[in-house]
Amino acid sequence: MRIDGKGRVDRTRPVTYSFDGVTRTGLAGDTLASALMAEGELLLGRSFKYHRPRGVLTAGSEEPNALVTVRTGAQADPNTRATVQELYEGLTAVSQNRWPSLDFDLLAVNNLAAPFLGAGFYYKTFMWPKAFWEKLYEPMIRRAAGLGALSGAHDPDRYERAFAFCDVLVIGGGPAGLMAAWAAAKTGADVILCCEEPEPGGRLLSEDEQIEGRPALDWVQETVALLATRDNVRIMTRTTVTGAFDQGTYGALERVAGHLPEADGLPLECFWRIAARRAVLAAGALERHVAFRDNDRPGVMMAGAMRAYLHRWGVVPGQSVAVFGNNDDAHRTARDMAHAGVDVVALIDSRHDAENRAGDVPFYPGWQVARAHGGKALEAITLRAPNGRHEKLAVQGLGVSGGWNPSVHLTCHTGARPVWRDDIAAFVPRDGAVPGLSVAGAARGTFDTSGCLRDGAEAGLEAAQALGFSGALPHLPQADASPYRLRRLWAVAGKGRAWLDFQNDVTVKDVKQAAAENYVSVEHMKRYTTQGMATDQGKSSNVAALAILADATGRDIPETGTTTFRPPYSPVAIAALGAGAQGMGFAPQRFTTSHKASVAMGAPMIEAGLWYRPSYFPRKGETHWRHSCDREVTMVREAVGICDVSTLGKIDLQGRDVGAFLDFVYTNTFSTLKPGRVRYGLMLREDGHVMDDGTTARLSDKHWVMTTTTAAAGEVMRHLDWVKQAFCREMDVRFISVTEQWAQFAVAGPNSRALLNGLLDSPVDDESFPFMQCGPVTVGGVEARLFRISFSGEYAYELAVPARYGASLFDLLVARAEGMGGGAYGMEALNVLRIEKGHITHSEIHGRVTAFDIGFARMVSGKKDCIGKALAARPGLNEDREELVGLRPVSAGHLIAGGHLFGEGAEPVSANDQGYVTSVGYSPAMGCDLGLGFLRNGRARHGEKLRLVDHLRGVDIVVQVTDPVAFDPEGGRLRG
Amino acid sequence: MRIPCPICGTRDRREFYYQGAASMLDRPAAEAPLEVWHDYLHLRDNPAGGTRDLWYHASGCGSWLVVERDTVTHEVLGAALVEACDAD
Repeated sequence: MRIDGKGRVDRTRPVTYSFDGVTRTGLAGDTLASALMAEGELLLGRSFKYHRPRGVLTAGSEEPNALVTVRTGAQADPNTRATVQELYEGLTAVSQNRWPSLDFDLLAVNNLAAPFLGAGFYYKTFMWPKAFWEKLYEPMIRRAAGLGALSGAHDPDRYERAFAFCDVLVIGGGPAGLMAAWAAAKTGADVILCCEEPEPGGRLLSEDEQIEGRPALDWVQETVALLATRDNVRIMTRTTVTGAFDQGTYGALERVAGHLPEADGLPLECFWRIAARRAVLAAGALERHVAFRDNDRPGVMMAGAMRAYLHRWGVVPGQSVAVFGNNDDAHRTARDMAHAGVDVVALIDSRHDAENRAGDVPFYPGWQVARAHGGKALEAITLRAPNGRHEKLAVQGLGVSGGWNPSVHLTCHTGARPVWRDDIAAFVPRDGAVPGLSVAGAARGTFDTSGCLRDGAEAGLEAAQALGFSGALPHLPQADASPYRLRRLWAVAGKGRAWLDFQNDVTVKDVKQAAAENYVSVEHMKRYTTQGMATDQGKSSNVAALAILADATGRDIPETGTTTFRPPYSPVAIAALGAGAQGMGFAPQRFTTSHKASVAMGAPMIEAGLWYRPSYFPRKGETHWRHSCDREVTMVREAVGICDVSTLGKIDLQGRDVGAFLDFVYTNTFSTLKPGRVRYGLMLREDGHVMDDGTTARLSDKHWVMTTTTAAAGEVMRHLDWVKQAFCREMDVRFISVTEQWAQFAVAGPNSRALLNGLLDSPVDDESFPFMQCGPVTVGGVEARLFRISFSGEYAYELAVPARYGASLFDLLVARAEGMGGGAYGMEALNVLRIEKGHITHSEIHGRVTAFDIGFARMVSGKKDCIGKALAARPGLNEDREELVGLRPVSAGHLIAGGHLFGEGAEPVSANDQGYVTSVGYSPAMGCDLGLGFLRNGRARHGEKLRLVDHLRGVDIVVQVTDPVAFDPEGGRLRG
Repeated sequence: MRIPCPICGTRDRREFYYQGAASMLDRPAAEAPLEVWHDYLHLRDNPAGGTRDLWYHASGCGSWLVVERDTVTHEVLGAALVEACDAD
């Protein structure tokens, strides 16, 4: 019900929303939880295991019970906490984990079976028979368990990732955080203030307190206004700092549009990585429950939450309430509720010597609440007097406080453990737990507002001073300094189930049973009972659970220890962490200058690393890729073809010592290469296996250009940087990647020279431009580079121009080629052409082959050292190896890459494996499939027949072993 | 994790490629015995505490760095250009 004159909601602005299909009205400023409470709706969900009715327990992100699914269809967001979901016009929410309805849940029958479903139930029950697990138990458990369900559809919402940098990051917008931000900002330091709530104020939003003799929120507003005027301060609201990482890196989730009816172009959420030189944690504290029988009835909530609902949203759970606590702070709830006109029927304080600080309310010092009554709503409580007498009181709401736990979470994210403080019966952060992070206010156990303001000011100033900024401590406003006194009480003795972890349905008995069964380590107890393993990570139950474990095992709490706190502090959607990486955003796309033309010609584009390359160029009447591929291969062999080879890595090297440097990175010698000449080179890794191959051209005395394969371009660049910086420091060599600066096209086929001479400003001939020649040319006045090199094994050139001329040159080359009976060819044809010639790609040099394996052992020069040379000579790398061979089918059927080779009479099992197939293609010139592969001692086995088997794809054919070079083995065509 | 690149300043570790122990700088002579090469290629210390690693500033200046850090505390103690330092 709503209380007149209370709360910060806007009573002039009604907001329409729906819950479980019923249209309702709340007020602007409400959360879903407060709006429902205003209408008397306390039942918001069903528990995970027993499907017990559950209501709102807290007023913040730590909420374990009130989980709902907001929005619908593909946008449905399960397990949203109703306590932090801001109400907006048209909000749609449904309850979870109930069937058929929240009010009548058939699986509540689990609750009756509770005696059998205690700790370790699954482990003990579903052990045997073994076969039942997969078919019966697991599907059954999966159906019964779980909270909300994902839509299963693609998430249409937009998310973002962003980076931010600051001198001082302040985590928390309460009195300590505001003072820390102000103290640091005054020194001139760049400050980011992250505040989980829609507005700063922290706990002050939920209290009736005064600062400097005026309402505390006046001070909050003035301080925020002061901060907002400064250029060096950034206030980020609705932003939860979720993790602390190394070197001052913090993760933070900003809820950008989750409170708006329409995102209107905004992302739903943004995940921030904040690099902060220093940070102040002022995250406050979370209140904890006391376990007693049926303490989970809707209407039982944290005492501090009850105050929050009253002061922030003007709502209370009922006409009559009681308050039960073990500390002075609980008295505030009784006092404030009575002031608001609610009937406070009892203030129960478990401390027999407590004084009533709530004014004129019935006071029960030394009493305890032994039981809550009711089903879907609280109806009454049973009190137990110090002498054991019981008394039953009818109430609609019960506020409970077992004390407050400082929010130590972030201080433990890099491995530190918190420290137990007996006086407040709580864990506090260890000093220096996270380098550069200090803690202020309730997060370190300072619970009074005055202390929080001082703590914050000191921490903020210290953080700035540590960075070299100077300033004075700001004025400390007068504020409440009441002491926080408590006497520990974790659970009220008695029969029945007393709940600790509401989200995972763990009781006091479960923890004691775990201890009895020797799960005495807190980490074991956690996993055995599942305490603290739900989405709330046990924020309101962990300390009580380990206190009960400590008691059950006869140890004290520090000795028992805590479980590990890990990021994130509160749930973060994977969609936010991976924002932008969905679909085509998963990896960058690299396009060549001929991309548009290729697409316009109907070429299917295939990925080659990050690049996109044309697969083939279909022509009219071609209905299968093989038609196009065969035609393109024949075109190159008989006329002329054009292929964009710009994706190959191009590295420009300059300096006096490039030759010597290349001698060290290539197995073969380059220093002897004359200007104007090109040489094929083989590169090894230091372990003696092949890294990459390619050609390097010497353009002039001190200017060279290396090409790498498309696949290994990045790896080779990194390798060259390594070799130069680590081992060749004295050499006069500089190099840079120019892959994207040059567009390069292969012009291949008998008509290639004729085609080029129609384009080049001065023609070339075989005498001035023999095989493996390179040199400058001009095309229509544009300075270009011509290379007489060939991957197709055909008479061929490669022509390179600055990238800005690439598109027009490609169009021109293709048009000329088509006029000469040729045209563009794609990757499929390129692959067939090189297989015909036995030219390797990374299908062959896949990381496990040596120069010996591919028949290039003689390319490892004996006259000089090179990377990989020493270890390439290791025993085992140069004998009895799987060697590169060619393969042709003998029986009917097609070759298949990935298939394995066996002796003709041998059983096709791994013990008999002789090798494998790496590349296959149909050769129109040879009129059959051709393959490349590796075969044990294969070079000595040319002519032998073998069995090619692929069990997965059902291939079993006979093949003949050949030389890898199937077409034009003398190389007459490429020399012309 | 953030790494202080001597050329670019302190940057997020996502800009860097991790290679391994800085002992890779101590490349044996070509004619060194096979055992020495074997140690160089395969054997690594696994220290709890101070360590020297090779990192490549792939999305930055292209420098190879020796980063000194502590495997226990995750503290990054400093970074130097490979060009300017020697192996252990």
